Formats: sequence, C-alpha cells, structure tokens
Amino acid sequence: MAEYILETRGITKHFPGVLANDNVEIKIRQGEIHSIIGENGAGKTTLMNIIYGLIRPDRGEIFYRGKKVEISSPSIAIRLGIGMVHQHFMLVPPFTAWENIILGKEVIKNGVLDKDSVCSELKRLMDSYGLSVPLEERVEDLSVGIRQKVELIKLLYRGAELLILDEPTALLVPQEIEELFEILDNLKKQGKTVIFISHKLKEVLRISDRITVMRRGKVVGELEREEANEETLARLMIGKTLESPQLEVYERGEEVLRLEGISLPPKLRNINLSLYKGEILGLAGIEGNGQKELLEIITGLLRPEKGRIFYKNREVQHLDPKSLRELGIGFIPEDRQTTGLILDFTVAENIILGRHDKEPYSIRGKLNLPTIKKTAVDIVKDYDIRASSVDKHVRFLSGGNQQKVILGREFYFEPEVLIASQPTRGLDIGATEMIHNLLLSARRRGMAILLYSSDLDEIMTLSDRVAVIYNGEIVGILSPREIDEATLGLYMTGVRKD
Amino acid sequence: MIGGILSLELLISALRMSVPLTFASLGGVFSERGGVVNIALEGIMLVGAFGAVVGTYFTNNPWIGLLTAMSFGFLIALIHAVVSISFRINQIISGTALNIMATGLTTFLSRLIFKAAGSSPHIEGMVQWRFPGTNWQISPLIVIMFAVIIISQIVIFKTRYGLRLRACGENPYAADSLGVNVIKMRYSGVLISGVLGGLGGAFLSLEHARVFVEGMTTGRGFIALAGMIFGRWTPLGSFSACFLFGLAEALRMRLEGFGIPTQFIQMIPYIVTMCVLVGVVGRAVAPAYDGIPFEK
Ligand SMILES: Nc1ncnc2c1ncn2[C@@H]1O[C@H](COP(=O)(O)OP(=O)(O)OP(=O)(O)O)[C@@H](O)[C@H]1O
Ligand SMILES: [Mg+2]
Repeated sequence: MAEYILETRGITKHFPGVLANDNVEIKIRQGEIHSIIGENGAGKTTLMNIIYGLIRPDRGEIFYRGKKVEISSPSIAIRLGIGMVHQHFMLVPPFTAWENIILGKEVIKNGVLDKDSVCSELKRLMDSYGLSVPLEERVEDLSVGIRQKVELIKLLYRGAELLILDEPTALLVPQEIEELFEILDNLKKQGKTVIFISHKLKEVLRISDRITVMRRGKVVGELEREEANEETLARLMIGKTLESPQLEVYERGEEVLRLEGISLPPKLRNINLSLYKGEILGLAGIEGNGQKELLEIITGLLRPEKGRIFYKNREVQHLDPKSLRELGIGFIPEDRQTTGLILDFTVAENIILGRHDKEPYSIRGKLNLPTIKKTAVDIVKDYDIRASSVDKHVRFLSGGNQQKVILGREFYFEPEVLIASQPTRGLDIGATEMIHNLLLSARRRGMAILLYSSDLDEIMTLSDRVAVIYNGEIVGILSPREIDEATLGLYMTGVRKD
Repeated sequence: MIGGILSLELLISALRMSVPLTFASLGGVFSERGGVVNIALEGIMLVGAFGAVVGTYFTNNPWIGLLTAMSFGFLIALIHAVVSISFRINQIISGTALNIMATGLTTFLSRLIFKAAGSSPHIEGMVQWRFPGTNWQISPLIVIMFAVIIISQIVIFKTRYGLRLRACGENPYAADSLGVNVIKMRYSGVLISGVLGGLGGAFLSLEHARVFVEGMTTGRGFIALAGMIFGRWTPLGSFSACFLFGLAEALRMRLEGFGIPTQFIQMIPYIVTMCVLVGVVGRAVAPAYDGIPFEK
C-alpha cells in the first residue's frame, strides 16, 4: 500500500487576474491529520476544490493511493473516497438532517426513500464515531456546531477515507471546537485521513501530524508537527513573526453610548451597559445567549420591547440603521456575506454603500464614479485588499479579503462608536494582526468600540473591560487583567454571576 | 337563489373548470421545485390546446390529439430549458418571449391549417368513461388528473428523484457538491411541466370547447401559477387552490343569467386569484434558488 493516500503534482489554476494555484505539490500520508495553512487568498480552498472535482485545474496531476486519477466531478471524488466539508456549508436548509445526509446516495425501497433503514444505519454510524445529531430536524433549525456534524456524517455515510475540512472551526465556539477535535482524533484512530484548514495556529499545532504552508498560490513549507511552532509557521505564512498587541494604559473618556433596561423577551432581559470614549468593551458569551439580538438592537436592526439607548445623551433606540450611521455609529456585522456586503456589487460599490446618496459620491442624484473609484482605490491600498481591481465583484474575493472591504469601509468614515461583531472571523493571522492594530489605533484616537468575538483570546487581549452575557443578561463586567480565561468561561456558562 | 347556485352540479362544473389549471399548476410545481420559474406555462397551455385539436382533426382520435398536445408542450418547454438552464438567460424573459411566440405561432398555423380566422372547426371530443353499473360519466382526463396529483405528491416528497429535484431548487450548489447533476434535474422538471401544461391545454380545447379558439387560454397559465404558489409548491395544495379558482369560474358561468353586467361577472375568477394571492402569498416561501440560474 502506498504511503501517501494523496499526492498532487504541478497543480496550476488561473482565475481572471490571479494565479490561485502555482505548481502546487502536496503529499498527504495515509491516516494522518494534515493541516494546510496560509493567508487569505493563498489558494487553499481552490486547491481543495480541485481535489474534490468542483473545479478543473489548468494543469497538474493528482495521485490517489499511488494511482493517477482524473477528478472531473465531485461524484468521482466521492467514488474514490474523498469527501469535503466546505468553508461555507453546503446544506439544504429546509431539508431534515437525514435528507441532507443521504442526498445523492439515497436508499430506495419499493421506489420510495427508505427512511427507516437509512436512519438506523445513520444511528449505527454516529455511534461508531461518537457523533450525534437530531436526524428528524430541519437543518435550518440547527446550530452551526450541529450543522458541522451533519456535514461530517454526510462524508462518513459516503464511506469517505480522506476528509477535507475547509476552516471547520471558523464558526464554532471553543467547546464545539474541542468536541470537533475529539471527533477528528477518533476518526484518525479508525484509520481515516484528514486534511484540516484553519487560520488559528494553536488549533493547527494541537491537532496536526504534519503541516503544509501555502503562500500566494505556492507551497512554501512542509513540516512535521515536532518541527513547528507558532513563530516558524507565522514566518512561513506571512514572512514575519507576530507580536501580540499591547494595550496602553486605559484612560476612560466621557460616556458616548448608554443602554438602559433594554429588554426583548425571551432573548434579552434588562441590559444596562455604558460605552466610553477611547475604550474597547469586549462582549463575551456563548452563541445564542442574546448577543446577536443585543448588537442588532444597538445598530437599529431590531427594536427592543422595553428600554432606551442614549448616544451622547440623545435617545436613539427608535432610529433606523441609516440614521444611526449618519450620527456616527459604525457597524461590522457578523455575517459578511449576507449582512455586510452585496456579493454581486463591485468592491467600489460596496465601499460607498450607505454613503452612496451623499456628496461627494452622489451629486444631484447621480453617482460620481471617478470619486467613488478613487476612494475605493485608496481603501484597497491602505487595507491591503487582494483584489485584481476595484471593479471586481466581491463574490470572487477570498473570505478574508471580503472582510477587509467591510473594515475599510467602516474605518474610512471614522465613526465615533464602532460595533464590531466577529471582525476577524475567518481571517489569516496577518490580517487578524492588522485588524487588531486598527482597532487599537482607533481606540487611541478616542473611538468607542464594542467588540463581540467568539475567540476568547481576542477578547482577553484587546478589551479594557469585558461584559459577559448569559441567557439574555449581563452577568458580569470584568477586567481582563484580573481574570483568566477559565474564570471567564465560568461566567459564560452561567456558573458564576456578579 | 343561493340554493340553486350551490349544488352538486356547480361542484362538478368547478371540478371541470379546475382541470386545465391543475395540470398546468402541477407542471409549475415540477419546474419551480427544481429552481426554474416557468411563466411560459401560459404559452405551453395554448400550444397544448392547439395541438390537441390538430391531432384530433387529422386522425379523428382524441387520444392522438392528447399526445400531440403533450409533445407540443414538451417542445416549448424544451426551448425554455435550453434558453434558461443551458444559456442562463433570465427565466422571466425567456418565458415571456415564449408566450408571445406561442400566441403568434398558434394563430398563424391555425389559419394555415383550418383556412379560417378565429377558430378551428369543431372536433370529436373524448369518449367519456362510465362508472360501472351507473349512468355516471366522467372524462378520462379527470381520472388522469387525479392519478397525476397523487403520483406527483409521492414523487416529489417520497422518492429519490423528488429529493434531488427539490435540492436543486433549494441549494443547487449543495446538490452539485454531492454529485447530483443539477442541469439534468432542472431540465427534467421543466420538461415535465411542458407535458403537464400541454395536457392542461388539451382539456380546454378537447373537453370544454371542442374547438381551438385563438388565444383561448386567456391567462389561465398565470392563474395556474398563482394556484401553485397558493398551494405552496405542493401538488395537493395546488389542486386545492385550482379547485377554488375553478369554483370561482363555475360561479361566474352560473351567474351570467342573473342580469348582472357580464363584464363584472367575468372578473370573478381573476379577483378571487388576486384576493387569494394577497391574503396568502406573504406567508408562502418559494424554493430558495427558484428563478436563479445555476452557474459553477
Ligand atoms: N471563482 C473565482 N473566480 C475568480 N477568482 C477566484 C475565484 N475563486 C477564488 N478566486 C481567487 O483565487 C485566490 C485564491 O482564493 P482561495 O479561496 O483559494 O483562497 P484561500 O486560501 O482559501 O483564502 P481564505 O483563507 O480567505 O479562505 C483569491 O485571490 C481569490 O480571490
Ligand atoms: Mg478558503
């Protein structure tokens, strides 16, 4: 039996204006967990899509178990034993979990779907890998963590031997990530091979046997776990090492935003919170505890049932998002693809969204295209957005670059208050560092920032104060200098409360 | 007066009126469940009505007429599929163009073949089926319709084909990533809608009128689509909705003798359609990728 389950040679893929993969050679050993890391736009997803048959390379060969194979469609990949969980889930929301799992490999009895035998087979499968999902529930009603498991079961049900997971942890909370890693360890024990993609070096070091580093479409390094540490990986990925951000002494300015008794049963109960000039207030909480609703209320997307919001002593809870932005409240929404951007607009169009009807972008009802373009070009340069031009549709940017478009837009117009929800989700370490620095320098300039993140590291290093939300209530306002992550975890799970 | 209006006869008449709508509406379900909006159903019904008469006129066999209707409907649907699935042209534009084409083509051919403007000569209708041991008669097409409703309901919700078809309408990218051939599935949905729409048109000319009249569908394809939406893209729901519309039309015919200006009475089915759409459609959710071309 071949040592390598998968090998690629000379894989090259051009997209209009970019060389996404440039002579890529990777070698994946049978039975290992192999991480592929690299900055946003390095070509990781493109390579995986090629291996899974979703896109055809311009050039190059793939060897599976030592034999050369032509993977021209996903069905061929599936037949070979290759399965993939995509960066953006590939599920049919109104279908139940079991329907999603069997789609494409249905079991038929008397001409109709044989639900009973499928479900009992799936239960056996779930037991043997220590996975469990509610098979009868619609996927649209399931949490992100469970959807992830549905995707995994989809692969196992097809008998996948090589599992490709493209940024599977990006949307998960810490507990779910730990659970996923246990599942992956379990899969490895049963002889499966896993390709794991992530931007979080800690995760990569925790789970991998070997690591391949990509940069600008090329493979720039292949390391055994023992040879790797955060510095070496960072240097390979972005050409320099990382410094962890430093918070200068915090001088609380005047209050700019105050929430009084905000309630929206059953999601939120009596939230009181103040945000001051020149501070970063972290918001910590496990998904589904009301933070999404809270942020939507502050930004005018949702109305509270009770309570008031003051922006510089002016009542604003009845204002719509547009008026709030005009007053100076910027918003980085959690879901960049649906709320943050219009994917089929160009980079330039997305950058002036919200200001498109104001001078100088629009003069007497007509868009001022040269100025728009110039602003966009500036932002693309300042924020190092990798796009071949500002006229490119945002849909074709890598996830990280999409996020940078939003950040560039919000920072360019210098709001007084910035509500940032998961601003670095899915971003590579270089981009994450850059965004952290941007947030810190904005704080230095006196911006008041409310930062929600599921990455506790990020919350702990960036925040002056941390508000913890549990079950719709603020259960504590803590100083990150005085507590550790474990204590924070106790608040987040409702064990402790002030 | 009310008693005279609401009778068994009225219900039977409503059922007959609902047949063409139901067939077309079921066609719409197959097409849209797969993700292709098919407003060409209006034109498909029209060529179906025309095909049924032509086939019957030349062979004196209404069953051949039926087959002709289905194949004409199939051909129009095939054009719609090629244009909107393979070439990814906007589906509404393709449908509208086909509707205009169907009107022109049937009018032209009808004058060419029958050498008369306005309508074709009368033709033999279908032999009605008799319930064993009674005097009750029923059109074979109604029996076929009930069979098609039940089969469609099972096919769409219980079979492999249905699961894949619905996946293509809800998230074609997910279906594609699992090796489902989205293009093929979408073609099949549209082609089935062509055949069913053709059948609906055939009932109009073979059973209702026994003659082809130019432009005789008068918006029924669109009402059928409204029925499909009202019925939430399910076969049983669509039938119920179309039956309601059939009832409105039957009522219209019944009321025509009562001295109310006919213009008002003729509005009834359309007003019912609009009321139903306004009252219900807000809550009905179309397949997520309905009307959106699939592009890799
Ligand atoms: N369909 C497409 N059309 C045009 N360009 C594309 C397309 N898909 C990807 N690209 C470009 O190819 C490059 C590589 O993208 P890819 O998605 O593989 O990066 P990645 O390493 O997965 O990044 P991330 O970590 O942000 O997910 C990027 O510059 C991206 O903009
Ligand atoms: Mg990617």
